[in-house]
Order: sequence, then C-alpha cells, then structure tokens
Amino acid sequence: MGTLRAYDVRQESTMIQPLDFNDRLGLKSVDGVFKAEITNVIRLTDWEKLFHLRICDDTERQRFSFLPGQFVMIEVPGYGEVPISISSSTSNKGYLEVCIRNAGTVTNALHQAQRGAKVGIRGPFGTHFPLEQMEGHSVLLIAGGLGLAPLRAPIYYVTENRAEFKDVHILYGTRSPDQLLFDYQYESWRRIDDVNMQIIVEQPNGSWDGPVGLITELLDGVEVDPQQTFAIVCGPPVMFKFVCRRLNEMGIPMDRMFVSLERRMQCGMGKCCRCNVGATYTCTDGPVFDYWSVMNLKEAI
Amino acid sequence: MLFRILGKDQFHALVEIILKSNEVIAPKRIGAKANGQPIHEFLPISAFDEMDLHYRSTQYSAKTYFLPYQETLSTFRLHGGDWEQEIAYRSEPRAIIGLRAYDVNALVKLDKVFARGRFPSPYYISRRKNTFIVGIDHDPLEDEFSQSMGADIVTHGFDLFLTDLGDRYFVAIASDHAFSLLSMVETAEVTDDDTQTYKEVRRRILEGFKTQINAKNLPNLLDLEFTSEVWKKWGKKCLSCGSCAMVCPTCYCYGVNEEVTMDFSEAKRVKQLYSCNILDFAEVAGGHNFRPDHETRLKYRYYHQHRGFMEDYDEPKCVGCNRCGRVCLAGINPPAVIKDLYEEDL
Repeated sequence: MGTLRAYDVRQESTMIQPLDFNDRLGLKSVDGVFKAEITNVIRLTDWEKLFHLRICDDTERQRFSFLPGQFVMIEVPGYGEVPISISSSTSNKGYLEVCIRNAGTVTNALHQAQRGAKVGIRGPFGTHFPLEQMEGHSVLLIAGGLGLAPLRAPIYYVTENRAEFKDVHILYGTRSPDQLLFDYQYESWRRIDDVNMQIIVEQPNGSWDGPVGLITELLDGVEVDPQQTFAIVCGPPVMFKFVCRRLNEMGIPMDRMFVSLERRMQCGMGKCCRCNVGATYTCTDGPVFDYWSVMNLKEAI
Repeated sequence: MLFRILGKDQFHALVEIILKSNEVIAPKRIGAKANGQPIHEFLPISAFDEMDLHYRSTQYSAKTYFLPYQETLSTFRLHGGDWEQEIAYRSEPRAIIGLRAYDVNALVKLDKVFARGRFPSPYYISRRKNTFIVGIDHDPLEDEFSQSMGADIVTHGFDLFLTDLGDRYFVAIASDHAFSLLSMVETAEVTDDDTQTYKEVRRRILEGFKTQINAKNLPNLLDLEFTSEVWKKWGKKCLSCGSCAMVCPTCYCYGVNEEVTMDFSEAKRVKQLYSCNILDFAEVAGGHNFRPDHETRLKYRYYHQHRGFMEDYDEPKCVGCNRCGRVCLAGINPPAVIKDLYEEDL
C-alpha cells in the first residue's frame, strides 16, 4: 500500500460500456479494435482488392454504423494499422466493404490474406458527405482513380434513395482502362432511372472504345442548374483541384462541392497530429471538407 | 485555494513519507557541462537529498511520465491464425516534485488535448490521475519567455504549489489528496507577515523576466507571413533532427509501430513520440510527401504552436520554457524566429 492514492481508469462508467467510436466524448478504450473476419475478397485490378469485413461479435456488429465518407482504421496484428475509407452502403448492416490498394507493408499483408483471416477495426472516424442536405437537388458524383472507393458509399446512398434527388451524374476517370475499379457495377448504376454514368480514360489500350481524355472533359456534356446542384469529388489533389475549379466556373458554389483528403493518420482521433494542417485535423475535422474550406487550408492541394 | 505555511523540515518529512512507499520523480543533478554548469533531469530519486530544487532547468521536460517516448498501446496474443487483444494502462501512483509554473501549465495544455474533448485518452488520464504534482516557484531564467506565453502563473493542474519564503514554504493546496497528505506533517496558518513576504517574492519573480516576445498578434502574423523569406532563412539551418519536439513539454505528436516477438506469439502496437520536423512526418502511402522541405516543416511547427493550437483552445501551445532553443544544434530559438517575423512585417 502506497501513501499516494491509486486511481483505476477502468472504473469510469463509460469504459464499461461496449466500445463505440461514434461516441466521441466518453472515455473509451481508444486502442481497442473490433475483431472482424474477412468473408470475401474480390480482385478489382492488379493493384486493388475489395474486402468484405464482418465484425465477429454480434453486439458490436449491430452497434456499428457509419455515414458515407467516413473511414476506419484497419489493424493487421503484427503488421500495423492503416486508415481506409468505407466503400459500402450505409444500409448494409452485415459487413462492410473496403477497397485496398497494395501500397505498403500493411496493405501488402492484407493482399496476402485469405478468407477467414481476422483483422481489427477501429472506427468509424471523421466527417461525412452531407447527403441529407443534398436531397432535393441534382448531384454530381465525380471520381478519379482510387477515388471511386470513397465515392462508392455516396453512390449507394443516392441510388438507393433515387427519389430524393433530381439529376444524378456519375463521372469516373482513370489513367488506363486496366485501372478501372468496380467495372462489374457500371451497368447496374447506368440502368437506374435517369442516372448519367460516364467513364473516361487518359491512355486507352486496344480494346477501349469509350471517351479518351481528362475527367474535366466529361463535364462538357453535363448541364446542371448550378444553384440546385451539389458535387462530391474524390481523387488525387491535382484531379479535384481542376474539377472543382471547373465546377466553380459552371456556377456551383464552393461550399456545395465536397472532397475527401488523404493524410498519414496514425490514430483517427485528432491526437497523433500526423494529419494536422495548422488547426485542422484531417481525421476529425475531415476527411470530408467542402471545397471552400480546402481552399483556405494551406498545403491541402 | 487553501494556503498553509510549511516548514522546510516538515517538507522534508513529507517527501520522506511519500518516498517510503511510492516512486518520486524530482530534478536530479546528473552531471555537468564543460563550463561547469550542472545538468539536471526529472528522474526517480531514492532519498530527499538527491533532489535539487534549486536547479536551473532540465534538458528534458517531465512529459515522459505522461506521454512516454515509447508506450505499448496494446498487445495481440497470436495463436493458430487467431488473436486476442490485451490493453493495460499504467496505474501505479507516483509523485513528481519540483515542476515549475511553465511545466505545470504544459500539463494543463496536454489535459485539454488528452483528457477532454473528442476521444479522451485513458493512457494519459490514468498516468495523470495517478501522479501527485508538487510545483515550485522559481526566479525566471534569462532566456525563458513564459510570461509572454501567459504560462508563468499557475492556477490549477497541480496538487501542491510551493513558494520559497527563505526558511519556510508558502503552500497552495489544490486537491483533497494534497490536503490529507499535508495532515501527516505539521503546517501552520498563514500570518499577515507570511502573506506580505509571499507578495514580495511574487513581485520579484513577476518583474524578473528578461526575455519577452511579442505574442499578441502572432496568430495573425503567422498567417500573413506564410510565404515569408524568414522561413527560408531558419529552414536552411534546421537539421530536421526533431530534438525540439523531444524536449518540448507540450509536443505530443506520435507514430505507431508494430513489433512482433521472435517466436511470433505476440505483436505489440507501440506508440513512439515523433516530431513534425522529421522528413517523413507527412508522407503518405505511395510516397507523396506533403512537407518535403526543412523550411515547410519548421514553419508548421511554429504554425501549430502559435496559431493552430490557439484556434482550438484560445491559447498558444508553447509555454515559453525555451528548452527547444537551448537544445537546438543549429541555434534556432523561438524569440529570434518570432522577432524576425515581426521585422519582416514592418
């Protein structure tokens, strides 16, 4: 027995509750993960795979919910943790889908993983695309390259709630045809009533018979009422910079365009500072920002 | 706040009582520089006499006892393709004696980041709530600018705060824990005479600050001078070693690495304090680095200290201890950099 009093942090009432990252204010086991099983692996391209992750614990799985645009931290014990945006529909309660490019140690380990492997999930973290606010308006859903992965959640939201939106345009561009993600889904999106889906590549190969050029060229054929339109733009900074500039020329206000930023997050909770830009934490103030905020965020583009 | 008078012999007795059954961290002389100036660090002591409360400064702050340079966040026990995660928080009580006002205020700032707001950290809270803090007044160091940062006066964040009145301490008691510990030794009521002496000592301290920086307009200035040549000038000197963040009492950024045991039975998630000056701080998957230059990284360190933190908490992150300025091998120090920024502005 010491002279000084001991304090057991685990006594805090909120620490006893089931882990819930949606509750940002209560004290919780911030490093605790939800154990999840890889139930499906879908090869998308030579570089990207889609994983279906099913949270093992029934209670945790039922409590887990997210909003389109949010991300999770995926832990591969022994390798490390990476931030990955959620690619599936918010209405899907059974499992979540994440599209992962083989780009480093952890993602390479994931690419080796077989069905049945157990990974850890922390999250969901971050801001989301304000789709409720977009209802009643036309929407432009624009992705470049890997940007289709985070855009897929809003695409599901819009197509599942088609009646709530006016005109819907899905525009997607990659460098070459072999980089196109989710190519097996384009037809199903196109068939939805009044969804204009267009794809463009910069460097066509022999079998490509679609449009060739930069993603901004697809906007030439799009007519919208700028005061009645929202846009979501996902892709590398150089891509969303040109697209947003173009959308602004079309008359769409900058605070109605939303982009998702990428940084090297190590915590997801506004602590590690690795995604900090001045006072802005990409993990908690983002990753989804309106373009006006991004313009004012030094170093963002 | 409750105030009492504590004789120095009684303070000695109090420390001995705590030492008997708890770890005590205090400024300890560990050697001397070539010029004979003693070097002190906050280290565990085993006897009262190992503590030197007349220390000039410590090279490192005491933040390692709250945010260790390395800390295991969790352990995965690996077995047959499956795993179990185990998480433990450090909960052994200990005392830290001899923190100066700026170091106590540094903890108050860290509390804002780690004990409140979004996602409070149980790792930090457990260490913080299990640490008994005894602060002590000091005469300002010649290069300390804590007054300009508003970090020279403490109002909370400690258990006991001592002011040396010569043969006795004037003690501010800030917790029930401290009050009950003090009941184990003899204390006296504060007399008018004590109050008078205390006020004189405090006035001497307040008027003793030699280094001041103009912090009033700093957040605005940093935004305005974002592309200033000043950053090139100082950035060119910066070695990107990260020493400034290591000694800083409020720098808290980190990275997480995974370690696996040789027999593959265990994997640990290990948090390691980092520095925004280190080359790969803002590098992302695929190799793109948002801050490839020395000057950009140095600028962002100042930007977070004096503007970013200000936007979030209405106060700068810096407490003005100038440990970073003293440790920097390239001679980069906040008073000089900030002075340059102002002159650019004229």
